[in-house]
Amino acid sequence: MSKAVLKADHLGITFGGLKAVTDFNAEIGEHELVGLIGPNGAGKTTIFNLLTGVYQPTEGSVYLDGKSMAGKKPHQMVKAGIARTFQNIRLFKDMTVIENVKVAFNQHMKYSVFGGMLRLPSFWKEEDGIDGKARELLRVFNMEDLAQNTAKNLPYGQQRKLEIARALATGAKVLLLDEPAAGMNPTETMELMNAIATIRERFGISIILIEHDMSLVMKICERIIVIDYGQIIATGTPAEVANNPKVIGAYLGE
Amino acid sequence: MKNSHKKAAASYAVNLVLVLLLFAALYFLVSSGTVNRYYADLISLVCINVTLAVSLNLVTGVLGQLVLGHAGFMLVGAYACALFTKSSALPISVSFPIGLVLAGLMSAVFGVVIGVPALRLRGDYLAIITLGFGEIIRVVANNLKITGGAMGLSGIQAIANRKNPAGMLPYAFFIAAAAIFISFAFARSRHGRAVIAIREDEIAAEASGINTTYYKLLAFVLAAFIAGVAGGLYAHHLGVIDPAKYDFNRSVEILIMVVLGGMGSITGSVISASVLTVLPEALRSFSNYRMLAYSIVLICVMLFRPTGLLGKYEFSLSGTVARFTGKKKPAAAGGVKGGGAQ
Repeated sequence: MSKAVLKADHLGITFGGLKAVTDFNAEIGEHELVGLIGPNGAGKTTIFNLLTGVYQPTEGSVYLDGKSMAGKKPHQMVKAGIARTFQNIRLFKDMTVIENVKVAFNQHMKYSVFGGMLRLPSFWKEEDGIDGKARELLRVFNMEDLAQNTAKNLPYGQQRKLEIARALATGAKVLLLDEPAAGMNPTETMELMNAIATIRERFGISIILIEHDMSLVMKICERIIVIDYGQIIATGTPAEVANNPKVIGAYLGE
Repeated sequence: MKNSHKKAAASYAVNLVLVLLLFAALYFLVSSGTVNRYYADLISLVCINVTLAVSLNLVTGVLGQLVLGHAGFMLVGAYACALFTKSSALPISVSFPIGLVLAGLMSAVFGVVIGVPALRLRGDYLAIITLGFGEIIRVVANNLKITGGAMGLSGIQAIANRKNPAGMLPYAFFIAAAAIFISFAFARSRHGRAVIAIREDEIAAEASGINTTYYKLLAFVLAAFIAGVAGGLYAHHLGVIDPAKYDFNRSVEILIMVVLGGMGSITGSVISASVLTVLPEALRSFSNYRMLAYSIVLICVMLFRPTGLLGKYEFSLSGTVARFTGKKKPAAAGGVKGGGAQ
């Protein structure tokens, strides 16, 4: 495995008396695609919330490129290079497709409030640049034609893709996808798998994926982390994990 | 892309010319005495209310937060401006513009002080806390010596007088025009986009790298600034400041203008602020029944158009022209509103 981009070191969180996640250790390498699986309520999304700063861990910490991310708020995490999508799609519903993407470019834009309000040259220059970049990104997802559509009017599969495009627009090094294939039909899932493969090629980023669709996970992930009751019960290649008795036990019951 | 700049520049120019023509027409009507003082005052009042509605629309429409203390910012601006012009030795034509800027700045400072704690909350909670702050400002003004206590301030130099009935018009008109342009331009800049994203989904906005605290405060303070300037105008429009006039009811009145016009639509705010200022005056001959009629109008609009008269629609000259000349399909004209001029 190459150098670790994202590292979780003894990560844990307690809600009152409930230990939702304990002793979560993981290293995600450059350009790696890791699956995070586990039964319902195992703590997968909680781990995502810890990695993106939504929750502050009660023990351990997260490192990005060796730097501690302790105490960072979600938007600072994004700036540092960790972006995510949500289990239940969270788009800016009444904005157009291209504006959804442009919002995520905001942190890379410089012009001031007055530059924008007075329409100074800096406004036009940057807005043009961002317009081009946003369209380019939509083209990767074959969504360029939909740029002026309102986000809420897109079909479900396209909304999922738009959410990924938006996360990519932040310029992230690590992308966390929370059940990207949930609610998709097999064709849409296929299309999504291709899209994930493409962005990994083109943007050279690391991806962590929570997914219940096992065929998808087994096919595209290089490494899988299985958790149950907030603890890692197995890690390894898809084949190793699939034959691990602990994993089978967790999913099927002893 | 260069083409879009030319188009934008052209549409700004056309709008500027139209605004100037409108001003020239109004100015002529007032200064020549074609319309009497009553109507001249009414025109200025419409401009002031438009400014207020447009500023509240930034918070309620663009940021999507309910604020019930907007009159408080007006009051801060009114006192700041009036106290400055009263104490300053400069001629009123100099001290008034400076006073207006001071009014905006003072009100913006209050916006920061109130916004930092208040904007941690949202929805109903934010509404209640801003209501509280609005009342606090009024009660404090009621009890301080410098603000003249419950008597308020009087003897504020009027800008429009018998000799110069159109004195107030340029200030009120161009400030309203500037408020409209600024909030339009703000909503279509990266900052406005961030603010709208927060309205749509705060968690997703944060996950897209938007510093939500900063952008919420930005919209709030900008609205407070404009409301403060409008307050300064209002003080010099009436010539007196009576703190009781800036109470909860005044805040609600501004809010109604925004909601009725359509939250998020600047055009809507402008139209409904104008109509709701003129309507009670026009209904004066019905004396006792006029507030009843006013209320019925409000109820009907909310029943039949819950999104407000215009919803989120913005009037765009270039879009309208394109629709009539058939250059663009109506669906495409909807997209023009983003780049067109208001």
